[in-house]
Amino acid sequence: MTAAVLDHDSAHAHEEHHTSLPVNSRKLAIWTFIGSECMFFASLITTFVIYRDSHAKGPGPKDVFGVPLVTAGTAVLLFSSFFVVMALNGAQQGNRKKLLTWLTLTVLCGMFFVGMQVYEFTHFVHEGMGYTTNLFASSFFTLTGFHGTHVAIGTLWLGTLLKDAYKGRIPPTKAVNLEIAALYWHFVDVVWIIIFPVVYLMSLGR
Amino acid sequence: MATTILEPAHAAAYAKRSVLVEWLTTVDHKKVGILYGASAFVFFLIGGLEAEIIRLQLMKPDNHLVSPEFYNQLFTMHGTSMIFLAVMPISAMFFNFFVPLLIGARDVAFPRLNAMSLWVFILGGLFINFSFLLGAAPNGGWFGYAPLSSRQFSTGVNMDFWMLGLQILGIASLAAGVNFFTTILNMRAPGMTLMRMPMFAWSVLVTQVLVLLSFPVITVALILLTADRTFGSSFFSYTTAGGDPMLWQHLFWVFGHPEVYILILPAFGIVSEILPVFSRKPLFGYSAMVFSMAFIAFLGFGVWSHHMFATGMGPLADSFFSLATMLIAIPTGVKIFNWIGTIWGGSLQFKTPLYFALGFIAMFIIGGLSGVMHAVQPADLQQTDTYFVVAHFHYVLFGGSIFSLTAGAYYWWPKMFGKMLDEGLGKLHFWLMLIGFNLTFFPMHLSGLLGMPRRIYTYPAGLGLDGLNMASTIGALILAAGFLVFIYNVIRAWRSDAQAPADPWGGATLEWSIPSPPQEWNFAVEPVVAEKDVLWAMKRAAGVRTLPEPARVSGKGIHLPSPSWWPLLTASGILAFMVGILVKGPVTHGFPFGLVSVAGVLLTALSIFKWSYEPVDHPTTHTPH
Amino acid sequence: MIADTAIVHHAHDIPHASAGKYVQIASILFLLTAMEVLLYEVCFGHLREGMGSFSVALAPHFVSVLLILSAMKFWFVAMFYMHLKFDIKILSWLFGFSLMIAFVVICALFVLFTYNRTLWWWSGTW
Ligand code: HEM
Ligand SMILES: [Cu+2]
Repeated sequence: MTAAVLDHDSAHAHEEHHTSLPVNSRKLAIWTFIGSECMFFASLITTFVIYRDSHAKGPGPKDVFGVPLVTAGTAVLLFSSFFVVMALNGAQQGNRKKLLTWLTLTVLCGMFFVGMQVYEFTHFVHEGMGYTTNLFASSFFTLTGFHGTHVAIGTLWLGTLLKDAYKGRIPPTKAVNLEIAALYWHFVDVVWIIIFPVVYLMSLGR
Repeated sequence: MATTILEPAHAAAYAKRSVLVEWLTTVDHKKVGILYGASAFVFFLIGGLEAEIIRLQLMKPDNHLVSPEFYNQLFTMHGTSMIFLAVMPISAMFFNFFVPLLIGARDVAFPRLNAMSLWVFILGGLFINFSFLLGAAPNGGWFGYAPLSSRQFSTGVNMDFWMLGLQILGIASLAAGVNFFTTILNMRAPGMTLMRMPMFAWSVLVTQVLVLLSFPVITVALILLTADRTFGSSFFSYTTAGGDPMLWQHLFWVFGHPEVYILILPAFGIVSEILPVFSRKPLFGYSAMVFSMAFIAFLGFGVWSHHMFATGMGPLADSFFSLATMLIAIPTGVKIFNWIGTIWGGSLQFKTPLYFALGFIAMFIIGGLSGVMHAVQPADLQQTDTYFVVAHFHYVLFGGSIFSLTAGAYYWWPKMFGKMLDEGLGKLHFWLMLIGFNLTFFPMHLSGLLGMPRRIYTYPAGLGLDGLNMASTIGALILAAGFLVFIYNVIRAWRSDAQAPADPWGGATLEWSIPSPPQEWNFAVEPVVAEKDVLWAMKRAAGVRTLPEPARVSGKGIHLPSPSWWPLLTASGILAFMVGILVKGPVTHGFPFGLVSVAGVLLTALSIFKWSYEPVDHPTTHTPH
Repeated sequence: MIADTAIVHHAHDIPHASAGKYVQIASILFLLTAMEVLLYEVCFGHLREGMGSFSVALAPHFVSVLLILSAMKFWFVAMFYMHLKFDIKILSWLFGFSLMIAFVVICALFVLFTYNRTLWWWSGTW
């Protein structure tokens, strides 16, 4: 949330104020926020790792996880990171068509990922793994659910930027608006880069 | 650049607003700071009242002034309020008001985000305290140990208020953390390099690192607790599912220990500003001060388990955390010696701020020493959960943080409000506070060592505790008298017409170069900094003791951020979200989220959206004058 | 509008990598992910039967190899897509420091929960 708030809220905006470091304040702020988020996900991942074997009752990882579906989700998220750098590239070059094309693809990827997760969760529930079935389930849903929420927020954020881009409101001078959203997006991606092996593969391969 | 003179750019927009609307929509860091301070002071008084009732209950053995249940609520709310609603936000008042002034900036990096932090904090504080009206204030201690905090043992909404309230306050702290970190790194005046920054700015920078890296941990802990209490999981309760209360303790203290440094580092910073000015001598060992502070913060992440020695972590973990904790004494000692080095041989100006700053040093040393005693694991097993620990953390928190914040209040009052506080009353306040404080808390070392547990409703006569407790209670009443004197002092200053000069103390830092109170844009001309203690340097260059009184100007062409409703509305949405979870209570069938929560999320989302597209300057800025 | 022109791409923005580079990184990331999945399938999944002794030999290293592969992915995304490699150093410090604290806390908690009783237990004397 803080992340989205940073959009457009800068005291620098009123005048050509110098910044002490050669970096835009909003970009510095989003990096700060990302640093903070590291601890957020670290705590959730720790909780999952501690509880992943607590499934005396109900299904465990090996009963529910399927590799193909998450691999697809992982690939989609990785690609979306690629798409958004291309979109940023387009924005910086003032290439509207490039910007719109790649940004649209990014947003679609985000939507696909969220959809994948909704499907996965409902599937698990059908398998008899509800939120409170056991601690493995609770910590799995909490971790991946919060990651999914981040993806959803990122998708919304990129969606508003897509609208802006469509209306021609992201000229090269304002590419930083997209840049900070992209940074957040990549961060959400690297978190998944950790979740994918640690949560899925390592819980299966034991 | 703002060298020409005109009406403030958005004066027209301001003129139309009532005073109430002006304060509700303000994004001026100084107004935000004052609102932080005023609301935090009210919460401080409430927390103080709770403490007085606690002391009256413990005044004599077998006392029944309040019920045991209410007693639990009192000590829980006292601790929670003092930490999250008093010391942190009073520090935040100084961050807000003075960080931009000290680094020569016109505002913080994100003024509206700043206003949002403020409103989230105020609403969060009201939310927690509202529980008193329902007779269901939090009652599980300020660290909400599981499984006491799980639904099984705490069926009412008491701990729901606590857990959701802290969650709200955490949002405020994190947003402010991002804001001040960015502000200090990126908004410094030309020439204000990091190693020329006033020490207070440094302390805020380091504090924000602690906030940013520790608050997410309690956020997660509280989320898991919410899952347990509201959505039926069992992360922290022993059930057949295998939940583990130890996880709560670990997550809480991974946050909790950095938190104690979040409480004390700003106090270090304030004292480091005051001592040089009233010793007429630069701060001794500036870079050692910076590095020791950074080192304290760094080590602060590796010692959390010293709060858990009694849980039986095993000798390896115990030894590790003992040693790491003792290590912190080294950089802390460096700071104390540097403060003493600063006053050593200085020409001391015995004004109220100096009194409190010196009181801080002495009291903090005592608290630090008992801290090192706790670090020795075998000794701590005797001390933990007794009044000895209560004595320790009050020496660091009250003797440390509160003494320093009070020093800061006397020091900066003229700058904030343009009025001088009375010296005589200030010194009376000091002596009442010093005597009252020591009379209250020193005996607790002894009652603790005699075995009096903390958080105990009452105690039988004849255990050797009667006199000690009576002394503590008398001390607490003297302390209260001290603060009444302070309030009287403030009212007197408020009423008086005498205007404070721009530089009453012979200051070394930029805030004293501008009128008291500062004008909206702070600096009519952006300052340029060539060395540390920049104002002293300027005075030296001009060959004077005090610079001429700066003129009040009308800041033509200075663009200031325009006021906004969205921060307050964003905060309200967050509050509504939490209220929704609160009323949902234990898991019920049917609608998965309270409608209130959904409405809250929508309001927050809408507000953030609107805020993003709101022009940063008011449109009137651009109409030619 | 002043407010707009100033929201800003200051002159101090540093050039980022070219589009070609991004394509290259995308392929590397894709490859590394494929290797992760392959590793799992070889050690524990469908390919296990067919691989015989190779699977058996690789399985004990599954976790470490997997973590190395994901660390590489992480590094590529952070360095190139988040352009830390081209940006001012302080951003790398910021991220690196947070990651370090996060990593240490994860490891410490993991040890405290998992090996707590076993680590000192074998020494017998404690
Ligand atoms: C030399 C520095 C310090 C050392 C070595 C130290 C050590 C300790 C230890 C080992 C404990 C746990 C005692 C127990 O529960 O058995 C403790 C408790 C505590 N310390 Fe410190 N401390 C130091 C400074 C501070 C500072 C600066 C603050 C805050 C401003 C602080 C605030 C607290 C609080 C609030 C508790 C009690 C927590 C609770 O149980 O409610 N300490 N300290
Ligand atoms: Cu501690």
